[in-house]
Amino acid sequence: MEIPGIIGAGLVVIGAGLGLGKIGGSAMDAIARQPEAAGKIQTAMIIIAALLEGVAFAALFAA
Amino acid sequence: MVFSTKLIKNTITALFAVFPLLCTANVSDETQSGHPETEAHAAENAHSETHEPADKKSQIKAFINHHLQDSHDFIFFSDEETGKHYGFSLPVILIDNGVKFFSASEFEHGEKIVEAGGEHYALYHDKIYKTDAQGTLTFDEHHHPTNAMPLDMSITKNVMAMLITALIMFLLFTGLAKSYKKGPIPTGMGRILEPLVLFIRDEVAIPNIGKDKYRKFMGYLLTVFFFILILNLFGLTPLGINVTGNIAITACLALITYFITQFSANKDYWKHIFWMPDVPVLMKIALIPIEILGTLTKPFALMIRLYANISAGHIVVMSLIGLIFVFKNWIAGPSFFGLTLFISIIEILVAFLQAFVFTMLSSLFIGMAVQEHHHEEDHDAHTEEEPIII
Repeated sequence: MEIPGIIGAGLVVIGAGLGLGKIGGSAMDAIARQPEAAGKIQTAMIIIAALLEGVAFAALFAA
Repeated sequence: MVFSTKLIKNTITALFAVFPLLCTANVSDETQSGHPETEAHAAENAHSETHEPADKKSQIKAFINHHLQDSHDFIFFSDEETGKHYGFSLPVILIDNGVKFFSASEFEHGEKIVEAGGEHYALYHDKIYKTDAQGTLTFDEHHHPTNAMPLDMSITKNVMAMLITALIMFLLFTGLAKSYKKGPIPTGMGRILEPLVLFIRDEVAIPNIGKDKYRKFMGYLLTVFFFILILNLFGLTPLGINVTGNIAITACLALITYFITQFSANKDYWKHIFWMPDVPVLMKIALIPIEILGTLTKPFALMIRLYANISAGHIVVMSLIGLIFVFKNWIAGPSFFGLTLFISIIEILVAFLQAFVFTMLSSLFIGMAVQEHHHEEDHDAHTEEEPIII
């Protein structure tokens, strides 16, 4: 039986959503703990989010 | 080069004036034909005689697909009833036994066959195919034409957008450079550009590449940042340009980053790829293909990220506008208009973010290639220390 690509796409979106949520949540925690480092944390957060996005999009295209 | 604030103000006002025109639902629209969105379906219909979209949903789908593609004509909107297109055609340049040059208007939006230099060409779904005098196209089972394609070097919509962007960037930055001759404080548009340039230098290039090496790469990083930024913002205007959402263009940008990274890499970088220090020999051999693949996945991710983000944004905005025409009632009209406005504002953020991310990751990759690896000295230090511990 062939699994339709749209299910794969859904799984990718779930994974990417979980990942982005984790990144965002951790960044919020970190900023709350150290508000003076907010700029650096944000930059790091955006880089990680972008990398995750790249993987997610690659998987979406495969799906 | 002076950009008066009045000009900018007027441009922004004009853009905002045009925006509702494209977005507001004509909720009880069946007869009216003054709408760019509905009318542009006609353009799509004219292009695809073979499988004409029947209902509204597939029409919208076809229109979005058409928008995402590059085109030989610059059509602002077209009249569904008369089949007229309002816009202009762009020049076609083909390399096929010599250079052939004619206007895309000769195709009449895919309806006519053009004869140039003894060869016949047909336009099918915005691609040019070689054909005979009758314009016969042969199709395979996936409904793709199997006719030969000439090498198409045309000034298409995307190429034109890029040329315009290049011109805008040239004017803006020569203006900025000139204003420094008058004094230390830039005037006009330079006031917006200076903080952006400084941001790229201080927050992106210096932390990632390093204080003593960043200067060489600033030219590329700034160019790629403003190029992507301006094209992203162009994509949000109702002109219907989708340049950074075109995989060929993002692939080129990613390839430039790749080549800059590889050619500016120092010997430490190559050593870490082909003979990873401080790991067992078997592991060194196993790591070679992984590391080589790693250099290729980086530009690949850059390419996919920009392309997918911008395309997804365009699809979402246009689908939301399309939903107004699917539902056609008083509740859906204003609510989808509001939603479109909301998404469009998010897209402005995405336009900046993606330009920033592309620049950031490019500088990160370049930085990885050019940085001096200090840890080998650290390892030496460790080996010196270890006997003392033992």
